[in-house]
Amino acid sequence: MEEGLITLTILIFSAIRMGTPMIFAALGGMFSERSGVINIALEGLMLGGAFSAAVVTYELSNPYVGFLSALVAGAILASVFAVAVIKFEADQVVAGFGINILMLGLPSLLSSAIYDSSGSTEQIAKEFLLPEYFGRISIASILAFALVPVCWYVLYKTPFGLRLRAVGENPEAADAAGVPVLRMRYMGVILSGVLAAAGGAYLSIGQSSFFTRGMSAGKGFIALAALILAKWRPFHVLVACLFFGFTEALSIQLQGASWAKLPSGEDIPVQFIEIIPYVLTIIVLAGFIGLSKAPKALGIPYRKEK
Amino acid sequence: MKIVREAIYPLIAVAAAFVICGIIILLIGDNPITTFRLLVENSFITPKGVFETLHYATPLIFTGLAVAVAFRCGLLNIGAEGQLYTAAFATAWVGIKFGGTMVMVDGKMQDWSWASLPAILLLPMCIATAVIVGGLWGAIPGYLKARFGSHEVINTIMLNFIAIALVSYFTQYYYKVPGDPILQTAPIGDAATIPQLNSFLSFIPASVPLNVAFLLAIFMCFAVYVFLWKTKWGYELRAVGENPTAAEYGGISPKKQIIIAMTISGGLAGMVAVGEVLGFRHNYYHGFSAEWGFWGIAVALLGRNHPLGVLIAAIFFGMLLRGGIFVDAFTAHISKELVEVLQAIIILFVAAMQRFSK
Repeated sequence: MEEGLITLTILIFSAIRMGTPMIFAALGGMFSERSGVINIALEGLMLGGAFSAAVVTYELSNPYVGFLSALVAGAILASVFAVAVIKFEADQVVAGFGINILMLGLPSLLSSAIYDSSGSTEQIAKEFLLPEYFGRISIASILAFALVPVCWYVLYKTPFGLRLRAVGENPEAADAAGVPVLRMRYMGVILSGVLAAAGGAYLSIGQSSFFTRGMSAGKGFIALAALILAKWRPFHVLVACLFFGFTEALSIQLQGASWAKLPSGEDIPVQFIEIIPYVLTIIVLAGFIGLSKAPKALGIPYRKEK
Repeated sequence: MKIVREAIYPLIAVAAAFVICGIIILLIGDNPITTFRLLVENSFITPKGVFETLHYATPLIFTGLAVAVAFRCGLLNIGAEGQLYTAAFATAWVGIKFGGTMVMVDGKMQDWSWASLPAILLLPMCIATAVIVGGLWGAIPGYLKARFGSHEVINTIMLNFIAIALVSYFTQYYYKVPGDPILQTAPIGDAATIPQLNSFLSFIPASVPLNVAFLLAIFMCFAVYVFLWKTKWGYELRAVGENPTAAEYGGISPKKQIIIAMTISGGLAGMVAVGEVLGFRHNYYHGFSAEWGFWGIAVALLGRNHPLGVLIAAIFFGMLLRGGIFVDAFTAHISKELVEVLQAIIILFVAAMQRFSK
């Protein structure tokens, strides 16, 4: 019994750690998609943040400057994406995919130039990583949790949020009411870059102590899945990310755990736990668990009538 | 004239990618000219270089065609990776179960197969498996889109992860030779293998693994062209891609076409297994794909969703992928990931110019 309680506690803490980068990225994706821009670039934006944070933290031995640098990197990268999809009306999925590929290659290219190793950056000493409190909860996790009500407030209770949502639902009407549609979308996308990069920074200077190629390992896509599951709402995003964090924590804990056996005495294959978020997303998208209603103008470029 | 018009935007994108990467290389402190020479030169100067480039291009031709067919129906298939993974595992499974595979377990030979069929039966079975399983895995997001309207991009991304996890499960628990530290299946039977081209074309150097699948890839370019532009089905598929509402008024069911397009797309992606499982590795090796499913998107974009364009773009990217190895080895600071950066910039430019190039 007591052992079970300990295991559960470990799992919950682990779920918070695993969920943290996804909370950042999914909240970021929310601002972009609420403004009408599909953002499958979350994965690449996270990697950009992770790389920048790892390099700056290592060079300056200061995780806070490293974290800030990630936010800047995320904003710059998201601006590139934003110009492509908003100004040039590039297909949002294709351009987002391009950003993901870019961030698979570019960090390796730069890291081999700086550190002579394309695989990973230099290891950062433990005292220069983001600090942790109460039983290994990172300051980044606390920030992620705190951001949820903030994002809720911004999205629903401020003029900015109202305009952003209007632009994503009905850009023509918003435009007629004097809302600068394209500028709102730029802000939504850039904000998504900043937040996703914060999630990435946690990966490289919180959860681990260096950057490795492709270290987000699909977390950007799971964040996207969480966003869909949460129907683009901030508190639901938190729940969805924690749930996906829990499945990830579970699949790690199960490996070789003595209590985790099938009735036949065999190990529970982790693969079946790993795929839960993906299967769930497909089911939700198909409308089996309530309808997942996307912002109406999601994915449609806006061109002002002359 | 038409071909010039079609080629101009892809060429601008490629030029832009080389210029931007050239600047990055300068900033890093290497010589862009030398680096780019390493990247492309080797694929021209020796027969080995030429044929190895074609070997690198083979899976890209299949995935490029796969993405292009879906594009023509207005769909973006990001799931070619998952489709080729399921296809490759299933193909290896048939090659083991019907190829008479024997495996050494605890010093004793075990028969893992149900039958040992001759090549004339087994090969068509294996190839059909690759196409059908890839096609079915592609049909899932097609069906979900047609039936429930759920976005094929999200579903194909999710199905990629699911495919790789499932295939890794079956390999790990059922088809790995006990004690093998590598996540791969037992070898397929000899009767399930296809020959390398150098076994009957003596001008191809012996060390080049280019196999019969390359000829299949060329044939598929032709077949896709005929299908899309010379048959009623291809016409209907393209009509839905151009304008689903108009197509529906014209008596074409967009839902049916979406499922058909995704099935064909998946089947083409699945053909990667022919070259890789039957022609090259002779088993299912987890992680065998160098993200070819994703490269297929760049290939289709650069090739303007036309089979001839896909063929040229696949050979171009094949050249870069191979050249990346030389860049890695012979420059001071530039790694092979340069190729990914080139690919990404090409994708971004092609996407950003789409509006003008229609």
